[in-house]
Amino acid sequence: MYVIGERINGMFKNVRRAIEESDKTVIQELAQAQVKAGADALDMNVGPAKADPNEAMLWLIDTVREVTDVPLAIDTPKWAVQQAAVPRVAGQGIINSCKADLDQLEKYMELAVANDVGLVALTIDQQGVPADVERRVELGAQIATKAMETGLPMERLFIDPIILPVNVAPQQPENVAAALQQLKLLSDPPPHLILGLSNVSQNCSNRSLINQTYLVMAMTAGLDAAIMDALDTDLMNAMITTELLQEKMIYCDAFLDAYRMRA
Amino acid sequence: MKAEDTAQKWTAAINEVAIGATAAQGGTRASTVTIGGARSIPWLAYEGEVGRRPAIAIELWDNGAEGWPEQLRKEYGEVMQDPVAWAKRAIELKPDLLCLKLMGTHPDMGDRSADEAADTVKAVLDTMDLPLIVWGCGVDEKDNVVLPKCCEAAKGENCLFGAIEEKNYRTLVAACLADGHKLIADSPLDINIAKQLNILAHDVGYPLEDIVIFPQTSAVGYGSEYVYSILERGRLAGLGGDPLLQQPVVATVGLEAWRAKEAQAPDDALPGFGPVEQRGPLWETLTATNALQAGADLLIMRHPTAVRNVQEALDRLCARPAA
Repeated sequence: MYVIGERINGMFKNVRRAIEESDKTVIQELAQAQVKAGADALDMNVGPAKADPNEAMLWLIDTVREVTDVPLAIDTPKWAVQQAAVPRVAGQGIINSCKADLDQLEKYMELAVANDVGLVALTIDQQGVPADVERRVELGAQIATKAMETGLPMERLFIDPIILPVNVAPQQPENVAAALQQLKLLSDPPPHLILGLSNVSQNCSNRSLINQTYLVMAMTAGLDAAIMDALDTDLMNAMITTELLQEKMIYCDAFLDAYRMRA
Repeated sequence: MKAEDTAQKWTAAINEVAIGATAAQGGTRASTVTIGGARSIPWLAYEGEVGRRPAIAIELWDNGAEGWPEQLRKEYGEVMQDPVAWAKRAIELKPDLLCLKLMGTHPDMGDRSADEAADTVKAVLDTMDLPLIVWGCGVDEKDNVVLPKCCEAAKGENCLFGAIEEKNYRTLVAACLADGHKLIADSPLDINIAKQLNILAHDVGYPLEDIVIFPQTSAVGYGSEYVYSILERGRLAGLGGDPLLQQPVVATVGLEAWRAKEAQAPDDALPGFGPVEQRGPLWETLTATNALQAGADLLIMRHPTAVRNVQEALDRLCARPAA
C-alpha cells in the first residue's frame, strides 16, 4: 500500500499559520512524523493560505526537502502552480491532480513525463463526479488509454475514482468499491488505484472508524494507494493488518512494528 | 511466437555480512569472509546478481566429539582431542573459516567453565588466521555465562557468534554489541519467528545488517523440502523489500547429514545403499548442495571429502562465463 500523508495541508489551522508566518518547524515536524508513521510520500497543499499560492508551494517543498527525500505530491488544481512546482520535485514527486477531460490529461501527462513524476488523475470530467460505477470505469479507461499514448507508464499513473462523504452520498462507497474492482483490470500491469480517503467521513462523527473500515473495503476491492492520515495509528494499523491478511507480508508477532521498519 | 520474458525484477538485496577482522581492521585475521549480497532467488543469474560465493566453515568441537560417527573420527583421528590441533588439520582443507562449537561446556558433555572455553577460543584464534564462528552448547543458562567471556576473549576479531533465540537473546546481543561480533539468530523451522527474533535484536540495539539467520537445516531425506520452502519464503520476502528477512542464511550441514542413519549405518544394516565410506560424505555433499539451492550463504561442514566436493561444486556454480 502506497501511503501519501495528508497532513501538510493549509486546511489545517496550524499548517495555514505556519505557511503565513514562514514557520518551518511546524511543517518539518509534520513531515518527519508522517514518514516515521509509515507514509511513503507526502501531500503538499497550501490550502486557502493568503500568501501567493505559487510562492507558498515552493516554500513548502523546499522546507520539507530539508528534512526528507520521500516523494512529494503537489496538491493543487492550479495549472500555473503545478508548472512552477513540479520541476522542483522532478524524479521524486507526484502531480495531484488532474481531471479526465482529454485536453487536461494531455498537458498534465506531458508535464509528468517530462519531469519523471507520477500523476493522480480523477474520474471527473466537465459533468462532475459520476454517480455510478460505469461512468467511473469509462473515465478510468480514458485516462489509462491517454497514459499509454503519452508514454506515462502505468507504475506512475494513479487513478482516483473519487469517494464522497457517506453522509451525503450513501451509495458512493459501494459504487467506488465496485469501480475499483473493474479499474484494476484495465491493463497489465494495472495503474495504481488511489483515493483521498478522509473524504468518505467528511463532517461525520467517528471519522477514524469510518476511514478505517472503508480503507479495508477499498483495499479488498483493489485500492493500492491512498492519500490519508498517516498519523492516525488505528487507521495505519488497519491498513497494515489488511496487507498481512492479503499475504503481502510475512507474519511475525511484532508485525505492526515490522511494517514500519520497511526501508 | 515470441516467448514471454518471465524474469522477475527484485527491488532489494540480501545483506552482505563480513566476518573476521584483519590487522588494519583491529583484528589478527589474514583475510575476511563476506557472505550474502544476492539480488535474485538462488542461482538465477538472469534475474539479478547471485551474490557472494557461499562460504564453507569446518566444524570442530572442544570436547573430543566422542559421539561423532566412525567415518568422521577416522578422518580426523587424534587431533579431535585438541581443538588447536584440530584447527590446524582443518585449515589444510582450505575452508573459508572455522566453526568452533563449544559442546564441551554443555553440563552433560564436559561442563567446561567459561574461562576454559574463552581460553580455547583464544588458542584457536592464535593458531590460525581464518575468521571464526563460535557457537554455544545450546543450554541457555550455560551459554549466557560462557559466550560473553568468549566474546570478550575474541574482541576485535569480528567473529560470528551463535546463537540467539526468541526466548534467550539479550545477553548474547549485548556481548556481541560490546565486543564487536556478528550474530546468528536461530529460528527453528518458523519464518515468523525468524522475523520476530530479528526485530527483537533490533529493538535492543543490534543492527539488522550484522545478523546471519539460521532457520534450521535438514539432511536429505529428513524434511529438506520443508526447510527449502521456509528459506524460499524468507528470500522472496527479503528480495521484495522486507528488511527483517534480508539476512544471509547459515546451514549446519555436517551436523544434520551425519545424524542421518543413511550417512553412518554399517553396510550390512543398509543393503543396497553402497559402502559407508562413500555414503557418508555423499550424504553430507548432497545436504550441502541442497542447502545451496535453497539459498544458504554459509555452510558448516565436517567431512574432508564432502568439503572438497562442495568446493568443486561452488567452483563450477560461481564460474563466470568467459567474456
